[in-house]
Amino acid sequence: MAEPKIKYDRQLRIWGEQGQAALEKASVCLLNCGPTGSETLKNLVLGGIGSITVVDGSKVEVGDLGNNFMVDETSLGESKAKCVCAFLQELNDAVKATFIEEFPEKLIESNPSFFSQFTLVIATQLVEDKMLKLDRICREANVMIVFARSYGLTGLVRVSVKEHTVIESKPDHFLDDHRLNNPWPELKRFVESIDVNVPDPVAHKHIPYVVILVKMAEEWAQSHGGTLPSTREEKNELKDLLTSRMIGLDEDNYKEAVDAYYKLFSSRGISSDLMQILNDNCAEIDSNSSDFWVMVAALKEFVALEGGGEVPLEGSIPDMTSSTEQYVNLQKVYQAKAEADFLAMEKHVQNSLKKIGRDPNSISKMTIKVFCKNTRKLKVCRYRMIQEEFNSPSLSVLQNYLTDEKYSMAAGFYILLRAVDRFAANYNSFPGQFDGEIDEDISRLKTLAVSLLTDLGCNGSILSEDLIKEICRFGAAELHAVSALIGGIASQEVIKLITKQFTPMIGTFIFNGIDQKSKLMLL
Amino acid sequence: MHTDSDILELEDAAQTCTDVPMVESTANSRTRDLDRLLLRSGHLVGPNFEPSVELRDYLQEYARVLVVGAGGLGCELLKDLALSGFKNLDVIDMDRIEVTNLNRQFLFRLEDVGKPKAEVAAKRVMERVSGVNIVPHFCRIEDKDIDFYNDFIIIVLGLDSVEARSYINSVACSFLEYDEKDNPKEETVKPMVDGGTEGFKGHARVIVPGMTPCFECTIWLFPPQVKFPLCTLAETPRTAAHCIEYAHLIKWDEVHSGKAFDPDDPEDMQWVYKEALKRAELFGIPGVTYSLTQGVVKNIIPAIASTNAIISAACSLETLKIVSGCSKTLSNYLTYNGVEGLHTEVTDFVKDNDCIVCGPGVLIEMDTSCTLQKFIEQLEEHPNLHLSKVSVTHQGKNLYMQAPPVLEEMTRSNLSLALFDLMGRISGGTVHVNGTSIKNNKKTSGLRKLRVVFKGVDGMADMDTAGGA
Ligand SMILES: [Zn+2]
Repeated sequence: MAEPKIKYDRQLRIWGEQGQAALEKASVCLLNCGPTGSETLKNLVLGGIGSITVVDGSKVEVGDLGNNFMVDETSLGESKAKCVCAFLQELNDAVKATFIEEFPEKLIESNPSFFSQFTLVIATQLVEDKMLKLDRICREANVMIVFARSYGLTGLVRVSVKEHTVIESKPDHFLDDHRLNNPWPELKRFVESIDVNVPDPVAHKHIPYVVILVKMAEEWAQSHGGTLPSTREEKNELKDLLTSRMIGLDEDNYKEAVDAYYKLFSSRGISSDLMQILNDNCAEIDSNSSDFWVMVAALKEFVALEGGGEVPLEGSIPDMTSSTEQYVNLQKVYQAKAEADFLAMEKHVQNSLKKIGRDPNSISKMTIKVFCKNTRKLKVCRYRMIQEEFNSPSLSVLQNYLTDEKYSMAAGFYILLRAVDRFAANYNSFPGQFDGEIDEDISRLKTLAVSLLTDLGCNGSILSEDLIKEICRFGAAELHAVSALIGGIASQEVIKLITKQFTPMIGTFIFNGIDQKSKLMLL
Repeated sequence: MHTDSDILELEDAAQTCTDVPMVESTANSRTRDLDRLLLRSGHLVGPNFEPSVELRDYLQEYARVLVVGAGGLGCELLKDLALSGFKNLDVIDMDRIEVTNLNRQFLFRLEDVGKPKAEVAAKRVMERVSGVNIVPHFCRIEDKDIDFYNDFIIIVLGLDSVEARSYINSVACSFLEYDEKDNPKEETVKPMVDGGTEGFKGHARVIVPGMTPCFECTIWLFPPQVKFPLCTLAETPRTAAHCIEYAHLIKWDEVHSGKAFDPDDPEDMQWVYKEALKRAELFGIPGVTYSLTQGVVKNIIPAIASTNAIISAACSLETLKIVSGCSKTLSNYLTYNGVEGLHTEVTDFVKDNDCIVCGPGVLIEMDTSCTLQKFIEQLEEHPNLHLSKVSVTHQGKNLYMQAPPVLEEMTRSNLSLALFDLMGRISGGTVHVNGTSIKNNKKTSGLRKLRVVFKGVDGMADMDTAGGA
């Protein structure tokens, strides 16, 4: 089985074996397989998702040949679900691909329990009232949903999950936890064992900057009543002291120390984001708690006891100018502390599990280890029900979006995408769907959009006339390029949700295909 | 960007078949969805937008689009453009299909491994989208004549290398001419749309030479890759990557005298891995794996299907909008980041007016007696150019060509002639030179536009038109 591993090499470098295993276990359902839906699935099938079920009741028409790559002439008159499913299967035979020739709207109305078998449902091109119903069904069955819709040059993506917790959020830029201003005894001892004033210039320029900074901070504290610099003057003074110790201009280690100097003043203890998680109601665990919250409960105890206000040490250090020996030894000091912290955490996890009546070894060592390496990066994402957002969006935020020059177009699309569904409910077609009725549709849509805004408590006149006309011009077209873009974003969110890595989007993503100034609306 | 004369011709052609009803063309046709944008007037559209059946025909019959690269972005671009109304596409790529492409390059199957990407990609899209014609070019981008690139209305780039982007940019900008007031002549503007991805991140940008910054104007967006200092590799290795690069860059040459390392040969890679492992054990450094060895040696950039789909779709949409005017366009640089939530940002970068690639051209003042040979030597020493191995053309005429040998021989005798005479004894004009320059220890080939002015000759103001008259 070497070949699949090679095939997935470029993505394994992003989400690893664990992430890949999660994908291969997942079962995903697609509702409607127009270009938006089929492009979403394509990206998942290529990546090796476990199984897909394509649900669509329509037959392939000539118009579909112009916007959907997964149907061709031979598909005309056939079930669209069947044709799309066959093409997707061709892309990756490791995926279990099935289809159901049925209109999703019908399933939502008549067979709500159908959805509970899936890990995640990708719902495309649904109108508002079906969205709301499906959202309720899946929320109750604890099934994740990603809504995706393309509409002319606009569209949306919206995730709906009750709660999504992430251990490996893998942020791009995150300050390393080096404890430079709060060294533990072993690090102190290691630093003391190194003579930073060593006369040999080669040795001098190979002292790791971590050692230099800890030493300088210590020296400063000793002559300043045990405290670190707090004012700008004091900080500059320490910096000058640091540069004065350079004995050659080519000392990269000292340059690194000056660059990393600000780390001496990084705040100690727990960040406000993490504090919020530790104080979350879910951190009061019971037998229904997930592994994530059990570990958070254990973390809380660790911070209060062994941690002395700090989380477990991650234990990794970046590359820095150093002799091999000193670097390797320094690395060992950090790793040893991380290992000790892990062992303490493991005890707390076991105790927590016992307390709630679970097998104390039911969370694996590896999971706890990964948790310990990521405690500062934990994420908890909670999503409002669509109905709540639609009935009572955050008004001030919406008003701000609508008046912010940079994003007023995306915000306008948000409102108009809702208005077109009201239009469809009233007139049985989308505005501008038929060539002869555009002018009439424009005024009808405007009335609906203004009343929608007024109902919400916003100023209705804020909507631009041009935007209303554009939406009518779109006539509910599903353009391939827009669908591929919306589908691409939807699949990326699906991957993040299923692998439980990285942070999924929160809010409703509104695509603006006019000038690409899209917006994530948190309402 | 269609010109008015194109439209006029098309209108004449359309007159002959006016009895075809409009309804048929929208309700039940392949262009059902696209027609909404191309046939209906809009309110947030490009300045020259004229919705019409002729416009749609123009896209389908006349507009030729070049896709550079048939990899992760290129496969998506070909599909997206073929389903966005374009029927005449060319694709150029020098690579062959590898197993590691299959997680995202959806036009390729396991049995295609080893075949040229451009050829398989073109074939697959033509099989599925009838009426589309895609011409594949299985070669290096530098292998094509400059004129080849001038045949396209727009160039779309799906590349993963800075050098290749820089080259295509220099070619597209070389077509640009300025009028006497230093304003770009519209008919010489060759727009480009460029995309790039890395993991969950990517960018899409629109380059309209002379109007928006070209690739070179904002080259700082692509900082050169940092290399490990050799002394670290040799004396103080600390990380697994140091051990790998030691085996790859130092140990390999010590052991294999003269034999070049081949990153695509699994045996060579295995050798580097084993040596790296030995070194890591010697120094007590953890973390050397075969996968990391490949990653470091080949500088592998992680890539996934979804990000490629997003960026290619954005590029294709911009291509459609630029060519048809059916909507406003991106101005001019979009970044996408899906790592933490979702962030998109549009930045309006400004053009560098002194850019040697998209500007009016580097000014070179010369004596009328200066020979072509002397001129070529000057370019090597020129502080902004540093061009060596230079070929010179003037108004499409080869004055001197380095290659192929036949052309070199044919043009060699020009070297001893005065450039002033070769250019037809005019006061000055635009000369194109193609050569290699060294940047960050890397050889790059590029096309440069030079404004040659001869000292003591009258009529300097209208030098461009003087040559054409
Ligand atoms: Zn430029």
